[in-house]
This record gives sequence, structure tokens and C-alpha cells, in this order.
Amino acid sequence: MNHLPLIIKREYLSKVKNKSFIIMTILSPIIMIALISVVAYLSQLNNDKVRTISILDESGQVATIFTNTENTTYNILEGMSLQDAKSLVTETSGYGLLHIQDKSTVEDISNSIKFYSEESPSLTVISRLENKLEKHLTLMNYENVGVDIEKIESSKVYVDIFQENFTGETSSKTDSIIKLIFGGAAGYLLFMFIIIYGNMIMRSVIEEKTSRIIEVIISSVKPVQLMLGKIIGTSLAGLTQFAIWLILGSILLFVVSAIFGIDMAQMQTPQQAAIQQAMENPEVNNQLLGAIQGFFNLPLTNLIVAFVLFFISGYLLYSSLYAAIGAAVDNETDTQQFMLPIIMPLILAVYIGIFTVIEDPHGTVSTVFSFIPFTSPVVMLMRIPFGVPIWQQLLSLGLLIGTFMFTVWIAAKIYRVGILMYGKKPSYKELLKWVKY
Amino acid sequence: MDNLLEVIGVSKKFGDFTALNNVSINVPKGSIYGLLGPNGAGKTTLIRIINQITLPDTGKVILDGEPLKASHISDIGYLPEERGLYKSMKVGEQALYLAQLKGLSKAVAKERLKYWFERLEIGDWWNKKIQELSKGMAQKIQFVVTVLHEPKLLIFDEPFSGFDPINANLIKDEILRLRENGATVIFSTHRMESVEELCDDITLIHKSNKILDGRILDVKRAYKSNTFEVGITVPDNSTLKKELSNTFKTTPASFKTLNNELKLNIQLNENQSANDLLNFLTSKGEVSHFVELIPSVNDIFIQTVTRNNLQ
Repeated sequence: MNHLPLIIKREYLSKVKNKSFIIMTILSPIIMIALISVVAYLSQLNNDKVRTISILDESGQVATIFTNTENTTYNILEGMSLQDAKSLVTETSGYGLLHIQDKSTVEDISNSIKFYSEESPSLTVISRLENKLEKHLTLMNYENVGVDIEKIESSKVYVDIFQENFTGETSSKTDSIIKLIFGGAAGYLLFMFIIIYGNMIMRSVIEEKTSRIIEVIISSVKPVQLMLGKIIGTSLAGLTQFAIWLILGSILLFVVSAIFGIDMAQMQTPQQAAIQQAMENPEVNNQLLGAIQGFFNLPLTNLIVAFVLFFISGYLLYSSLYAAIGAAVDNETDTQQFMLPIIMPLILAVYIGIFTVIEDPHGTVSTVFSFIPFTSPVVMLMRIPFGVPIWQQLLSLGLLIGTFMFTVWIAAKIYRVGILMYGKKPSYKELLKWVKY
Repeated sequence: MDNLLEVIGVSKKFGDFTALNNVSINVPKGSIYGLLGPNGAGKTTLIRIINQITLPDTGKVILDGEPLKASHISDIGYLPEERGLYKSMKVGEQALYLAQLKGLSKAVAKERLKYWFERLEIGDWWNKKIQELSKGMAQKIQFVVTVLHEPKLLIFDEPFSGFDPINANLIKDEILRLRENGATVIFSTHRMESVEELCDDITLIHKSNKILDGRILDVKRAYKSNTFEVGITVPDNSTLKKELSNTFKTTPASFKTLNNELKLNIQLNENQSANDLLNFLTSKGEVSHFVELIPSVNDIFIQTVTRNNLQ
């Protein structure tokens, strides 16, 4: 009799109906969005504050470049001593005082600029001031040595190397970044999924052992069926949770940004501000276009098919091991010694993915680890966006599926014996003996 | 008589440890069969082999004329000693799930559950979670789940543990009723008085070997020592005692009576009959107590196991 659907249904429902599961599912995206909103709100609040920066320009050549903006007011002081200026700024509780000394050469001026403030100033403010001063002083220098600025501007050249492989596929630097993001996201997702739901499977096996229902159940169904039902049921519950997180998260994000009018995309962090500034330049626009093109240049069909296959096989490989561990021990505290050998290859895979694949997606290390079954799901998923020959993908998948069947067989043996063993924490030697029973 | 279950020469080893050594048992159809033995003797392993949880190394098991196969799962109901239920699942859902695993359709399972829940007066537990119930209540549900699919063979491992006397009696009556309705019961327990009360046949397993089996009456006959418990009122106790010890083997006895009579255990040899003894006694005085001592299962158990340990 095939009870697999029945077991899957029970496992799924018992997970999904579980209170803490429901709370986690609903609360997680809300907390995430709330956090993002708070951060966004706070940084906006920060930006809305108008700073007053006083400028004491003794050279008389620089102050004109500072024009007031939305959140910075420049207060140009004239005919004052540095001492007076300082006390004035302190009295009016201004943000700070920029002091430019009068020197004969531009070099000397640039070397003697100082910023006085009550507290140490924000990095953004200083770098903005530096940018402005640099630009202006450079121009002054150009003029001093008699360089025609217009000629310089018009003779500027931007280089973006177009890459093309021998079969004629073109790509660019932006493409590589897009590929990295895709591969990294896929690999990391698998990693997270294995850790979260593998643990859940393990706990549910331990629960059956401690509640002593296991013997009742396996007098009705084969232990392998129970194990597979547990793995599949829990995974489906996991997918449900992921899907809800995704949908709920997007809806919430949309609603929150609509209500509070916070433009999430334009949060004014320093980097983003820089990007925004850069956006006005034509070459960055080119890059944005390139990114969109790069997305469509990805081997999308291959990516999706490979993602599904490697994700499922990799997940099953690890979750069967989690189930075996759950069967071998009596309570969660005893799981530690067996967890390490599972976590190690996973972490190794992620590190290789992050450090090696980025550096050289088709190098020896990346290639080798994308074949070793315990690291291949993560590493291969990270490599695939860079274009991996089909034969390599198939070989790796074949090895993975072979290993997966082997581990399920081993796990089922350990499971079969382990679920009826109580009291003692088994050693590796004992586990080996169980496999032979 | 037909045997419902035949276990033929079953052995099972776990590594170097022999759990069962060439054990054979025959369980007659419609009987209540006591499976006895000290802790760790191999009873649970034997039960697990019958339930196809463990596979034997050698030997075979025949159920109702056929070698054990997967579909037999629905012919057996098993109440393990180590038992429990999903703590956070509702009683009704859980019972339905377990019944379906035994091959019942949902509709049939529901109908029968209703019947049983009403019978045991636990109908209002349907939507409760197991963790809200007491141990005895959970045991009742476990019992219902075991018998729900109306199996030919019922295996109970310590079925009365966790029950108060009233509920233990209730379950005992249900077991007897199930037997009347045609089920065969294998019954493993350390409570000898319930073996005495319920079982028709017994098997004693000790250190992985079967050391005794048969109809309970035959076993008792084999173990009886031809000893009679006698109470007699005579004018002079010591004279009679002397006279008796010349012909019979006597030992003092103690039992409760209303009168202050002479109490003795008198053992006969093969050539002496009970009638001879009784005739002799009646000629001496008034016999108020005359009972053959039947060995209890408890005595047989302890005697056999101790003797086996010495060998």
C-alpha cells in the first residue's frame, strides 16, 4: 500500500497549522518591512534637517562656489578673525566652520583648508565639501597654467570594454555583476533553505521518537516511506512559507511606501547619493541599460531548469542526512556532534561560491567543487549564470543524484534502526553497524 | 486446531548480540496467547518481526496460511509497549490518520471511530489535543486505534499499563469481546494474574530461547507436584502429624480458615492417589479443607527462569 500521499499531507498540515509556524510566516515579513521603513524614515529625517555651514574664505576666490541646497545652508562670513568666526558659529549653534586661508598658490590654499566643528562631522558632508573644493581648485589651476578647459572636456573619452566569446555571445562588466547576483542569490537561497528546513525535519523526527508514536506508525508503513513523506511534506511547508514571505513582503513594501511616501529606491545613503549624482552622467545611463540587457542575456532557460534540478537534489541530499541524525539521537542537544559534518561542506560551498567563483568561475577550484556532490548544488548554481557547458552540468547532476540516492539508502537504514533505539547516544561506529543490520 | 500464526525457526542477531535463537511458536486461531519472559528476553524483537518492523535473519512467519507479506499489515493490530501519540494533534484527526495508514477509507474509519468513542464514552474528546488528556485517556485512544481496522491478529504489549483498575477491567472485557468476535490475541505482559485470567496458551522466552510453551492447563499439569492443602480437626494434632509423615511428605501450611484446625501441605508420590489420602483423613477426623495445589503461572515463570539461569 502506498501511504506516501497520506504521510505528506499530515506532515504538511501539521507544520502549516502549527502556531509558531503561522506566527513566523506572518510576522517575519512584517518585522522586515517595519525595520526597513524605520531605517528609511530615520535617514529621511536625518536628511530633512537643514545644516548651516559657515565659511570664512580669506582668499576670496572660493566662497562663491557654495550655493544653498535643500538641506545645507552656507553662511559666508566676511572680514572676521578666525576667533570671532568660531565663537559666532558656536553661538548660533551652526554645524561647522570651513576656514580657507589666503595663500599665494592654489596648492598652498588646498593644503591649508580646515573644518572646525563641535562634534566630528559626518563623512558625507566632508566628502561633499572636498569634492566641490577639488573641482573648483583644479579648474583654477588649469586656468593658471593656461589649459583650455573646454578642450579638455570635449576630448574626454569613456571606455567600456565589450566582451564577446568565440561563439558570438556578447557580454559586459555589468553582465558579470548581474550574473554574480543571480548565482549568489540562488546558491545562498539553497543554503538557507537546507539549514532552516533540514533542522525542521530533524526536529520532527525527534518529536516522533520522544512522543513514542514511532512504533505505532512503522507497524503500518515502511520507515523509508515515513522518512520520504516527512522530507517532502516539510519541504512543501517550507516552500509555502517562502512563497508567503515573498508575496506578503512585496505587498507590504508597496503599501508602506505608498502610505508614507517613502521612496525606497532613493534612500539617501552616501553610496546611493553618489549613484544618484552619477546618474546624471551619460555613461552611467549606459550602464543601467546594460544591466537590463545583461539580464536578458543570461541563459535564463538553463538557469531556471538547473535551479530547480540542483535545488531539489541538493536539498534532498542534505535533508535525508538531517532525518538520519534525528533518528539517531533522543533529543536536540545530542545532535551537535553529527551536525558539524553536515554544516561544514555547506559552509565550504558558500565560501567557495563567494570567493572563488567570483574571481574565476571556470577555474580549477570552482570546477572541481561544482562536481563534488556535497558542494555541487551551491557552487554549480553560482557558476551556471557564467555559462557552464551542458555536459558539465549533466555530469555534476548525475553525480549529485547518485549520491543523493546513496545517502537516502544509508539514511533510511540508520533511520530504520535509530527510531527504535532509546537511551543511548550512538557513536559513529555504532551508526556504521546500524547500516549493516 | 488451525493456527493463525506460525513462527518457524526464527533467529535474529544485532551485531554480536543474539536477540532470538531459533524460536518457533504456534498461535491457535481464536486463542489468547501469552508471550512471557523476563526483560530483554527477546519478546519485543519477536513481536517486531511479526509486525514486519524488523526482518528475521533466518526462519519464517506464516500468517493465516501465507508467508508474511506487506498486505498483512492491515491484518494485524499492534499496541506497542513504548507507545504514544502526536502531542499537538487533535484526537479525531490523529485517530483518522492512523486508521487510514492501516488501510481503512476515511469514511469507514470515521464511522467506526464514532462507534468506539461512544462505546468507551470518550466522544467529546474528538477535538481535544493529546497533550490536554491524561495518560489513561490517551491509552484508551491508543487502544481504539489498535483495534479499529478489525484485524485478525491483535498484539498487545503490556496493554494495562497506565490504566486504573476500572479502565483496566473495561479494556480486559473489550479484549475478551474481540476474541469472541473471532480475533486472535497475542498478549505480552509481566502481570501474571492477567495471564492467568486471560490466556489459553503461553510461551516463555528466556535469553533469546523459547524454554516453555503449550496450553496453559497442560503446562500447569506438567508443573504440578501432587500436593494437597489440607485442613483437619482432630483431638490430637501431633499424633496425626506423625502418622501422616510416615506415609506422606508433609510440610506446614498456612491459609485462612474459620476454625483452629491442623493445616498441612501433603505431597503424594506416584503410587498414592488423592482418594487414598482423603479416605485416610476422613477416618481420623473432620476434614474442612482439601484442595489440590495448582502451580500459578507466576511460580512456573520464576521456577523455569531460575532453573534455566542455573544451567
